[in-house]
Amino acid sequence: MSRIGRIGWSWDPIREMERLERDWSDFFSGFGRPSAVKYPPVNISTGEDDVVITSEIPGVNPEDVDLTVTGDVLTLKGTRRQQELGEGQAWHRRERGYGDFYRTIQLPYNVESSKVEANYSKGILMITLPRAEADKARKISVKTA
Amino acid sequence: MAEVEKSREVKKQEAGGGVATERTRTGRIYMPNVDISEDRDSLTLYADLPGAGDEDVSVTLENDVLTIEGKVSPVKVGDRRLSYAEYGVGDYFRAFTITEPIDRDRIEARMKDGVLRIVLPKKEEAKPKQIKIQAE
Repeated sequence: MSRIGRIGWSWDPIREMERLERDWSDFFSGFGRPSAVKYPPVNISTGEDDVVITSEIPGVNPEDVDLTVTGDVLTLKGTRRQQELGEGQAWHRRERGYGDFYRTIQLPYNVESSKVEANYSKGILMITLPRAEADKARKISVKTA
Repeated sequence: MAEVEKSREVKKQEAGGGVATERTRTGRIYMPNVDISEDRDSLTLYADLPGAGDEDVSVTLENDVLTIEGKVSPVKVGDRRLSYAEYGVGDYFRAFTITEPIDRDRIEARMKDGVLRIVLPKKEEAKPKQIKIQAE
């Protein structure tokens, strides 16, 4: 993915969406082959010094979620386990999905991976990704001769 | 098989015509996805209500209509700007007609990690009974 505006970054949400389209997930398919479903859905909020990503993943065990950051790419991987049926139980309705998911998300800038924080509450995963120090915009004062 | 996959949308659905009365709170209302299972003794319902905690959810059973409501406050992101969104945030509402006679005193509901689980025990008379066939 080519990016313009490395200096005083400009982030193109359309381009971001195209990128996200390419991610796969076998969520819902259950047949071991990728489908076009994007799971889990994410919202991205951007600040001057960090990015906050929230994602709706109700009913997962945080231990089943794997997050990795490399430079300016976040990888979100995990499993939402199927509800097991007990003896003599039958489904009437099945609308909630389950299965493995995998997404990569392009971040607007390089991230200080050691300072990334994630917490899971009420079924929402919230990831705070601070901008790498070396990547921050600096104000340069112009000297007169 | 591909057909099945297509019909299963992950997207949150806004509650539409099912909401008969107007609400006092403005904002979007979503229809939670549910799984419902049944066995001899009870019906069990699971509903995804991400963003709702146990105090935010109400479950009522009145005149055979089971109503699930959840109030959601958006996650606070400070002065950051929402730059990309794949899901909307709003309250939840969904209602089901329960045809089985339910033992109202023994209904259990609990919230965990944004998932609501309701166990609706059947009344004794609604449970299936094996009828013995007698030989003449």
